[in-house]
Amino acid sequence: MQKSLHLDPAKCTGCLQCEMACSYEKLGEFNPSRSVIKVFTFHEEGRFAPYTCTQCDEAWCLRACPVDAITMDMSTGAKIVIDDKCVGCKVCTISCPFGTINYVQETGKVAKCDLCGGDPECAKACPTEAITYIDANATGYDRMKAFAEKSLPSANTSA
Amino acid sequence: MSWTRNVLRVNLTEGTCTPEPLNMEWATKYLGQRGLATKYLVEETDPNVDPLSPENLFIMATGPLTGTMASTGGRYSVITKSPLTGAIACSNSGGFIGNEFKNAGWDMIIFEGKSPTPVYLYIENDLTELRAADDLWGKSAWEADEMLHEKHQDPNLKIAVVGRPAEEGCLYSAVINDLHRAAGRSGVGTVMASKNLKAVAVRGTKGVKGINDPKAFFEAVNDGKQVLAENAVTGEGLPAYGTQVLMNVINGVGGLPARNMRDVGFEGAENISGEAMHEPRASDGKPNLTTNGACFGCTIACGRISTVDKTHFSVKDKPQYHGASGGLEYEAAWSLGADTGVDDIDALTYVNFVCNEDGLDPISFGCTVAAAMELFEDGKMTTEDTDGIELRFGSAEALVASIEAVAAGTHFGKILGLGSKRMCEKYGAPELSMSVKGQEFPAYDPRGIQGIGLAYATSNRGACHLRGYTIASEILGIPVKTEQTESDGKPELVKAFQDATALVDSAGICVFTTFAWGMENIAPQIDAACEGDWSVDKCLEAGERIWNMERQYNNAAGFTSDDDTLPKRLLKEAIKSGPTKGQVNRLGEMLPIYYEVRGWTPDGVPTAETLERLSLA
Repeated sequence: MQKSLHLDPAKCTGCLQCEMACSYEKLGEFNPSRSVIKVFTFHEEGRFAPYTCTQCDEAWCLRACPVDAITMDMSTGAKIVIDDKCVGCKVCTISCPFGTINYVQETGKVAKCDLCGGDPECAKACPTEAITYIDANATGYDRMKAFAEKSLPSANTSA
Repeated sequence: MSWTRNVLRVNLTEGTCTPEPLNMEWATKYLGQRGLATKYLVEETDPNVDPLSPENLFIMATGPLTGTMASTGGRYSVITKSPLTGAIACSNSGGFIGNEFKNAGWDMIIFEGKSPTPVYLYIENDLTELRAADDLWGKSAWEADEMLHEKHQDPNLKIAVVGRPAEEGCLYSAVINDLHRAAGRSGVGTVMASKNLKAVAVRGTKGVKGINDPKAFFEAVNDGKQVLAENAVTGEGLPAYGTQVLMNVINGVGGLPARNMRDVGFEGAENISGEAMHEPRASDGKPNLTTNGACFGCTIACGRISTVDKTHFSVKDKPQYHGASGGLEYEAAWSLGADTGVDDIDALTYVNFVCNEDGLDPISFGCTVAAAMELFEDGKMTTEDTDGIELRFGSAEALVASIEAVAAGTHFGKILGLGSKRMCEKYGAPELSMSVKGQEFPAYDPRGIQGIGLAYATSNRGACHLRGYTIASEILGIPVKTEQTESDGKPELVKAFQDATALVDSAGICVFTTFAWGMENIAPQIDAACEGDWSVDKCLEAGERIWNMERQYNNAAGFTSDDDTLPKRLLKEAIKSGPTKGQVNRLGEMLPIYYEVRGWTPDGVPTAETLERLSLA
C-alpha cells in the first residue's frame, strides 16, 4: 500500500515540533530553518498551515532535473534528491508548482521531503494529528466522513 | 551540551557587540535562563543600582532545553533589576524568539550601559550589530515589528520590542515578542527603553545541537509529551479553554477577588470566562476565540487567538483591530475584568490587544486602574486627574479610555503609568494598592486561598502567581490536594513550589507543564540534554540555590522581612460573602514557619549553614 502525508491545517497549533523533527532526522540538529516541512502562520486570520511536498506521480522536479539527481524511492513513491548528483542549478525549484523543493545555500544543493524512507518523523512528532501518514487512497476520507455524518438523519446522531 | 556556550555582550554606551564563552562553572550550578542570568547580574552589578541607570544590566537568556524538542522548549527570560519593585526581576516569555536566539548560537545576551541614541540589535547568527532606531522610537511595538520585518525583508525574523509607554517611563512596560507574547511583569520593558534599546531582531539558522545523550533525551522527551497529552489539565482543559479554564473554577471556590479586592466573588465572572470565549456572538455568529495556538515546541497549545466583535464600541471605527490576535489569558481577564468590575469580554479583549500593541503588563495595568477606580469612588481622585474619565467600577468605557490614556501618554496615562503603589501614595491612600514590593496581585485572593498569600508575600519579584503556584495544590489537587483555607503545611508547600519553579524557569521550558509534570519528568530531560548530574535531587537543590541567591540580592538591595507582607485589606478585612466568608490571610502564622523551613533567620536572612549547604557561601 502506498502511503501519503495527510496535512490538516485545522488541527495545527503552529508548535513547530514537525520542523524540529524533520531537521533532526536529516541533520542531527534542531534547526527549523532547514526543515523541508514548513508551518505557515496567518496571524490576522488566526490560522496555521503545515505544508510540504505532495510527491506528485508525474513529478515536475524529477522531469526538470538535467542531471537525473531526482529519482523515485520505489518503496514509498517519494521523489528523492541524490546529493552526489545535484549540481545546485535550481531548475527543479523553478519547475515545482508548489514551491516545495528549495535550494539550500549551506550545501549548494536542493532539498525536499523524502518521506524519511517510509516513516516520516514530522507525523510522529505532531501532537495534534495535523500531520498523519496514511493510505494514499484515503486522504480525503476524514472530510468525506464528516460530510457523511452531517447527512445522517438527526434522530440517529443522538446516542 | 545543549548550551551553545556563547554569550553576546552588548555595550550600548560604546556601541560594541562582543562574544564571550558562557561560564560553564556557573551553568552547572544555575543551569540557564533565570538562574544563570541572575548569577551574572548578581556578580556584575551593585544590588543598590538605580534600575533605570546605565549601570543596571538587561539580560535576555535562554535555557538548555530552549530550541530542543522537549515540549514547551521555546522559552526565554529577561533578567534585570526592576524599576517597579526595586527587586530582582525575571520575566519569562514564550512565542518563538527564544528558539531563534538559540539557533543563532547565543545562550544569552547581556546588555550594559546606555546608547546615546535609539538603537536596535540585529542578529543573524554570528553577525551582530547595533543599528539606528530613530525611526522606530515613538512607535508602538506592533508598528516597530512591522517596520523591522519590512526593512529586513525577512518574514522569519523574530522580534522583541518595547512600546511607546516604556520610552516614557511607564513602570509596568513589557518586552513584547512575536506580537503577542510578553516578558510581561516587573517593568522589564522600562529598563530596556531606558537604555535606548528599542528592539532586538534575530534570525538563527545554525541549529541547536550537541544533545548529550540523544537516546535518553528522546525517551524522556517522548515520555513527557505523553504525560502532557494524557493529563486532564494539559491535555484537555488548557487546549480548549486556555488558562481561562480557571475563571469559573476560582470564582466558584471563593477565590476570585473583585473591584480592587474589596470583594471576593465576581457576579460577571461567567461572562468573561473561557467558556464565554466559545459562545457565538450576536453580530456575526462567531465566537471570541478563533483558535488555540502554541508557542515554539509546545504540545499543550494553551494560547488564545481571538477577535473583538467588529460592532463593539471599542473597535467600531478601528479596522486595525478587526483581525485575530493574542486573546485573553486568565490573569489578564481577571485584572482587566473582575478587578475593575467590567464583564464586557470584547472590551477586555480590545484592552488586552492594546497591552500587547503598546507593551504593557495587563496585570499591573488592570490592577492600577482598579485602584484608581477606588480612589475615584472615594473622592480622592477627580475628573481633573482622569482627563475627564468617569472612573467607576464596572465601566467598560472607563477601562477602554484608561488604556488609551496610557498608550498615548496623556496626563492621566502618566498617573496610571506609576503603578498602583506610587499612584496610591500620591493620592494619600497607600493602603489601596493591592501589591507586594510594589508589584500588583494576580487573580487569586489570599484570604480565600491561604498558601498563595504566603507565596505572594515572599515572592522575590513582588506579588506573583508564577513564583510558587500553590493554586495547583490548594484548588486543583496537583500533586496532592491541600485545604485552601488551611494555613498549616503551607510554608512547606510554598517552599516546594518556589524551588521547583525556579528550576523550571532556568531550563527553557514552560511552568504550565507542571500541571502534569513533576521533577521526575523534568530532570531526565535536562539530564539527557546537558552534561553533568541533573538528577531530581540535584535539580531541586539548584532550584533552592537560585531562590536563595535571588533572596540575597533583594536583601542586599535593602529589602527586609517587613517587605514580606500583604496589604492590610487582605490581613484584616474579612471576606464578606460566599464560600470563603469570614476569612482573612493568616500570614502572621505562616511566615515564621516559612523562614524556618527555608533555613533562614527569624529576620528572613539565609543562615550561614543554609548558604553553605547550597554552595552559596
